[in-house]
Amino acid sequence: MNRPSSEAEYLARIVPPSVAGTRFTRRSFLRGMGVAGAGIAAPALLAACGGGDDAEPAATGGAGAGGGGEVTFGLNESTGAGVPYDRNIAAVEAFQEASGTSVKVNAVDHNTFQEQINNYLQGNPDDVFTWFAGYRMRFFADQGLIGDISDIYPIEGIGEGFVKASTGNDGQQYFVPEQNYPWAVFYRKSLWEENGWTPPTTLDEMKALAADMQSTGIIPIGFADKDGWPAMGTFDILNMRINGYDFHVSLMAGDESWDSEEVKEVFRVWADLLPFHQPDPLGRTWQEAATSLQNNETAMILFGLFLTEQFPDEVDDFDFFTFPEIDSAIGADAIDAPIDGFCMSANPANEEGAKEFLKFRASPENADAQNAAGFTQIWANSNADLEPLSELQKKSAELIAAQASIAQFLDRDTRPDFASTVMIPSLQQFIGNPEDIDGLCASIEAQKQSIFATEES
Amino acid sequence: MAAAAPAPTTSSPPTTGGGDGRRRRRKVSDLSKLKARDKVVVGLFLGIPLLFVLTLVVFPALASVLLSFTRWNGIGGLGTIEWIGGKNYSDIVSIYPPFWPAIQNNVVMLVFLFTIPTVLGIYLAVLLDKELRFTWFYQTAFFMPVVLSLALVGFIWQLIYSRDQGLINGVLGTTIDWYGDPSVNFYAVLVATGWRHTGYIMLIYLAGLKGVDPALREAALVDGCTERQTFFRVVLPVMRPINIIVLVITVIESLRAFDIVWVINKGRNGLELIAALVTQNVVGEASRIGFGSALSTIMLIISTVFVIIYLRVVMRDEPGGAR
Repeated sequence: MNRPSSEAEYLARIVPPSVAGTRFTRRSFLRGMGVAGAGIAAPALLAACGGGDDAEPAATGGAGAGGGGEVTFGLNESTGAGVPYDRNIAAVEAFQEASGTSVKVNAVDHNTFQEQINNYLQGNPDDVFTWFAGYRMRFFADQGLIGDISDIYPIEGIGEGFVKASTGNDGQQYFVPEQNYPWAVFYRKSLWEENGWTPPTTLDEMKALAADMQSTGIIPIGFADKDGWPAMGTFDILNMRINGYDFHVSLMAGDESWDSEEVKEVFRVWADLLPFHQPDPLGRTWQEAATSLQNNETAMILFGLFLTEQFPDEVDDFDFFTFPEIDSAIGADAIDAPIDGFCMSANPANEEGAKEFLKFRASPENADAQNAAGFTQIWANSNADLEPLSELQKKSAELIAAQASIAQFLDRDTRPDFASTVMIPSLQQFIGNPEDIDGLCASIEAQKQSIFATEES
Repeated sequence: MAAAAPAPTTSSPPTTGGGDGRRRRRKVSDLSKLKARDKVVVGLFLGIPLLFVLTLVVFPALASVLLSFTRWNGIGGLGTIEWIGGKNYSDIVSIYPPFWPAIQNNVVMLVFLFTIPTVLGIYLAVLLDKELRFTWFYQTAFFMPVVLSLALVGFIWQLIYSRDQGLINGVLGTTIDWYGDPSVNFYAVLVATGWRHTGYIMLIYLAGLKGVDPALREAALVDGCTERQTFFRVVLPVMRPINIIVLVITVIESLRAFDIVWVINKGRNGLELIAALVTQNVVGEASRIGFGSALSTIMLIISTVFVIIYLRVVMRDEPGGAR
């Protein structure tokens, strides 16, 4: 590694290739203007300076130029992200063809997009951008950072539950749902058949089953929480099974005490189940846990449907069941099924085109365009063609349809500052030391009161 | 550094200009002696950096001190900022569990970097200075960790430390949860941080050693010094400026130590560091601007202590300073 000899050389090294490609002297720039024409050179230069990778789908050139102008689209998948990116581009191309409106995609890495959302929305957001249903969407709607799109509702095929999830606190719609996926307990069919195991329907059955699994030397429940969020799925489902969906919602809203008997009971049941979980989850990524499941080291895992993306070739050998009932008075008719979709920014440059695009993204045609590109979740639109989807996806759609209530996931249902700075460390602390439930709950409640005090009610 | 710059101007007494042709009695540079054009140039050279320092360092630092007494989620105008006095600070020390572990980890990091990687880096530099064969190879090998990108470093250590699929557990046949077990994971981080720090110190020290006049060593040799004595009695004292740089870098690195814990688990579960806590609270969706600012103010105060110590040491021994 030779060190750069001058500052200019050093700076040149840290400039990403996408930008470096447009570095030229004034003279060559002028020459470029002469040859290519200012109209082409200048936007390319500006585009290269933008935040993300700007990928312009093929049609931008001229095909649909006569249509409804241009819509900018902030996508939370970067160019190299594979299937999630490709299917979005497939949808964009289908929309361009159908409407004659061109779409300019601003692709940003998934986590970066999410982390920068505050600045993004307050800066110069794209007309349409990817986002999630839930607390955060409603919060942005309250702040006037996203646009009211109630006039595109009702959308054919988008059921009442989805409309509810797309509605802000003021009763207007601010979100268009495209897809969702369930959190359920996944297992390998062949392994279970071989051992004569069947999906449990109550917690006691689950424990008995787990004990039997342990006797065969297989870890019953796969578990990973290095990333901090997967354990939230376990908390959510236990809370919804033990205390019910309504309690879960008000707990997430900050209206119930975390120091209550109800919450402590959740942690007690969890502590009871922890010995059946894969040991040392705090150092394991969820991808590693998926590998353990695939290798039959663990027998089942509570996770989102996207788990199966880790082993696309073997997906046919996997199945799932919903987390068993704990309290018969509560039942087992609520799950986490986070909804992904789109919002319009508060002041879009092309409002009409933006709404057209939003409507398209919730349509069956959108599903048709993406099914071919390898879609792994479930369409929000009930008229979408499910035929090309896998058995697991179809079953997921049935599971979600059968639920009385749907939660979004802990970090989407509550304040993001509370979820990330309090709940992640607290759940990790619980997993590391399940004995001190009282101290843990008291600590969560104290921090919750400090954070939720912000809320002007 | 900025404090040192204006020193000469304050020491220049007022002189009534005009006396052309007469020799100046003082050697001290005198502002009034400069031509108008020179004054503009000096003004620009001082003013522009000063402007940068003010806008990029002083103003944000003050703003973050001010914000630390508020509650703000970073959304909406300044009117939405709510003053809450010292509540952020009292919350941090009382009900914010990661804070004290973070302080402790930062101190451990400082002590560790001083005692092992810094010493090791110096030792390696001395060895490499001996014109070994393949010295370029060793230099590259040891310096490589410093140049690698954050994401790559995280990935490398993930491969080594992973509980189920990692190199260490694979070779030793153990199932130690290097990343997840809060009683061992910070040591794992120390090793990874030391791995980078050693190479960095080595390179700086090696550059310094190359600059040492060989005549000094020869003289020492002629005087009958052993190799050890030559190094500790002659080379090390000559290298004083480099030693101070190494010292400062080590302090700075231990305070900023952040990247490796961040790529591992975002500074949670045993890997708390103040810088990581600041980032957790301010950057990203959380946007607890006030709370995060309070944390960064605490970090600022700690750094200031070190900066003062450093400036005192440097100023005292500078040729111009009081001896």
